[in-house]
Amino acid sequence: MTIVVVMEQVPDVVEELAIAPSGTDLDRDAVSYVVNEYDDHALEEALLLAEATGDEVVAVGIDTTGELDQALYTALAKGARRAIKLTGDFEGTWLSTRAAARLLVPVIQELEPRLVLTGVQAPDDLDGQLAPTLAALLGWPHASVVIGSQLVDGAVQVRKELWGGMTMTLELELPAVLGVQAARQAPRYVPISRVRQVMREASIETRDVETPGDLAPAIMRLRFPEEAGQAEILTGSASEIADRIIELLRARGLL
Amino acid sequence: MAQRIAVLVEHLEGQPTDVTFELLGLARRIANTNGAPVEALLFGQGVRHLAETIPADRVVLVEDPRLRYLTPEATAVTLAALLRADPPRLALIPNTSLGMDVAAWVAAALDWPLIAYCEGLEARDGQLVATAQLFGGKILADVRIDDRPTVISALAGAFAADAMQPEPPGTIERRDPPSELAALHTRSVVLERPEAADVDITRAEKIVAVGRGIESKDNLELAEQLAQALGAVLAASRPLVDAGWLPRSRQVGKSGLKVKPKLYFALGISGAPEHLEGMKDAELIIAVNKDPKAPIFSVADYGVVADLFEVAEALLERLEG
Ligand SMILES: Cc1cc2nc3c(=O)[nH]c(=O)nc-3n(C[C@H](O)[C@H](O)[C@H](O)COP(=O)(O)OP(=O)(O)OC[C@H]3O[C@@H](n4cnc5c(N)ncnc54)[C@H](O)[C@@H]3O)c2cc1C
Ligand SMILES: Nc1ncnc2c1ncn2[C@@H]1O[C@H](COP(=O)(O)O)[C@@H](O)[C@H]1O
Repeated sequence: MTIVVVMEQVPDVVEELAIAPSGTDLDRDAVSYVVNEYDDHALEEALLLAEATGDEVVAVGIDTTGELDQALYTALAKGARRAIKLTGDFEGTWLSTRAAARLLVPVIQELEPRLVLTGVQAPDDLDGQLAPTLAALLGWPHASVVIGSQLVDGAVQVRKELWGGMTMTLELELPAVLGVQAARQAPRYVPISRVRQVMREASIETRDVETPGDLAPAIMRLRFPEEAGQAEILTGSASEIADRIIELLRARGLL
Repeated sequence: MAQRIAVLVEHLEGQPTDVTFELLGLARRIANTNGAPVEALLFGQGVRHLAETIPADRVVLVEDPRLRYLTPEATAVTLAALLRADPPRLALIPNTSLGMDVAAWVAAALDWPLIAYCEGLEARDGQLVATAQLFGGKILADVRIDDRPTVISALAGAFAADAMQPEPPGTIERRDPPSELAALHTRSVVLERPEAADVDITRAEKIVAVGRGIESKDNLELAEQLAQALGAVLAASRPLVDAGWLPRSRQVGKSGLKVKPKLYFALGISGAPEHLEGMKDAELIIAVNKDPKAPIFSVADYGVVADLFEVAEALLERLEG
């Protein structure tokens, strides 16, 4: 049986981001893309489930960056059996989550998986998360913020994180959709040599899809958060800064 | 379509969550500009008494054993059924673990727009404009809310809980559970509380918190030494806990713990919205990060744009030497 993992590349938020002159998108030329970190966790959780049951993991992605191959080959190198890439006329555009879901639904229906795993969220969101959106469109049960799962008789048991360390364990009938926050163990590492080998031996299936009309709310403008209330920046050498910090703490009776 | 503003009441174990009151405050402020009613949607089992504590013009109450917990499917189908029958202007849902299951589902099922990660909402020249956080809070998007009913998934801690008139209770209306509840695919639900922790970071006066900038588990020792020298306890952002370097009880933030110490000393933490949610009310925040644009600096009192290891070592030298 099949477990689908949906993978996406997102701008690396650790790097500096610039806003395009249009004011409604990032300057895509200045962006470097990385696999959404929660997708690594979704893939790991899928592989762990599949290892226990003999299911086949299929990685699926929409190539909005032109660079998705690397992520999909890495998924194959880690143990996914198939990788499917949706291509179309949306490279560089900001695909809304709703639009992405509409593109993914027919592929998922064709694969007839018993489970679909996505990352819990991606930082490029305006219109919410993919897992609940897919669940609504497919008519399947779902849970997000998942931190562990287990396939049991006709169902999947999922641990969903609430807050303050509290969790909710749910049993969802299959098929189901999960938004994965963290796999039950840290995502596995795969050496680059193994990825290269997979690139020679395996291939990514490509499906050309129609670009959906944009269904997202209209962005008027993007901006950086206001500087107001921003920190007073301490400057100087490390030892000068250390002195200032100690001074500040003493002045407040914190040392 | 009505001007009514609907708010989903989030509650757990007999207690509405703080963010519920924040969203009711937000709804009231918007309603005050045009006299629209604020409607609270309360789902549960045996929660009639909670309705009395909800500051809204009307509390719509749906009670059913299958709503005992606000599970993803049961909550989503109930909310969608109510909203479909009588669409409001806005439906406000907390962007929490529970709310995240519901907001996108309902918006997709009704084919209404959704604005997630909302941290601001106001009427400008008669037009509603929402502000949403993108890219880990590094960028904000101003979004026009068009004439369609719109679902808003709003961040905890972003809106004040004040301005809550009228005094509760307004009217309370009981509704029948929707027929969709008869066909749920969710079987059982169990709540688990965290195991007792060695250190309670919510009670600590001083916290040294480390993030992914610390790079490796081995480097935690430096942070631990610094914490000891400052008389502080060590806490962390989520990735370190997910990596298994520190127990869950040390995690600050949305899915971790909310802390309000006298000192929060953040090393190598970017300040994603989920982290800020747990610590922005600390009395004194000092942050060290080599990225001058790191969002942590927007809540810090003092910032140091530098390598955390250099600063930590220099501090240790002073404190121990
Ligand atoms: C549903 C949900 C719930 C979540 N709950 C939480 C939560 O409770 N708590 C939480 O923390 N997160 C939570 N997160 C995750 C959150 O979105 C961020 O991913 C996380 O907070 C990032 O942690 P970080 O700042 O340590 O790492 P990063 O964002 O990777 O930041 C590392 C920072 O370190 C800086 N840095 C690197 N090296 C150095 C150096 N040598 N010196 C100085 N600075 C350096 C970098 O500039 C960067 O700013 C949640 C996410 C989701 C989706
Ligand atoms: N455009 C997209 N292409 C492929 N996968 C996506 C896309 N958008 C979202 N996803 C998936 O959904 C997860 C959560 O993203 P989001 O729901 O947009 O916050 C991502 O980690 C991916 O697994």
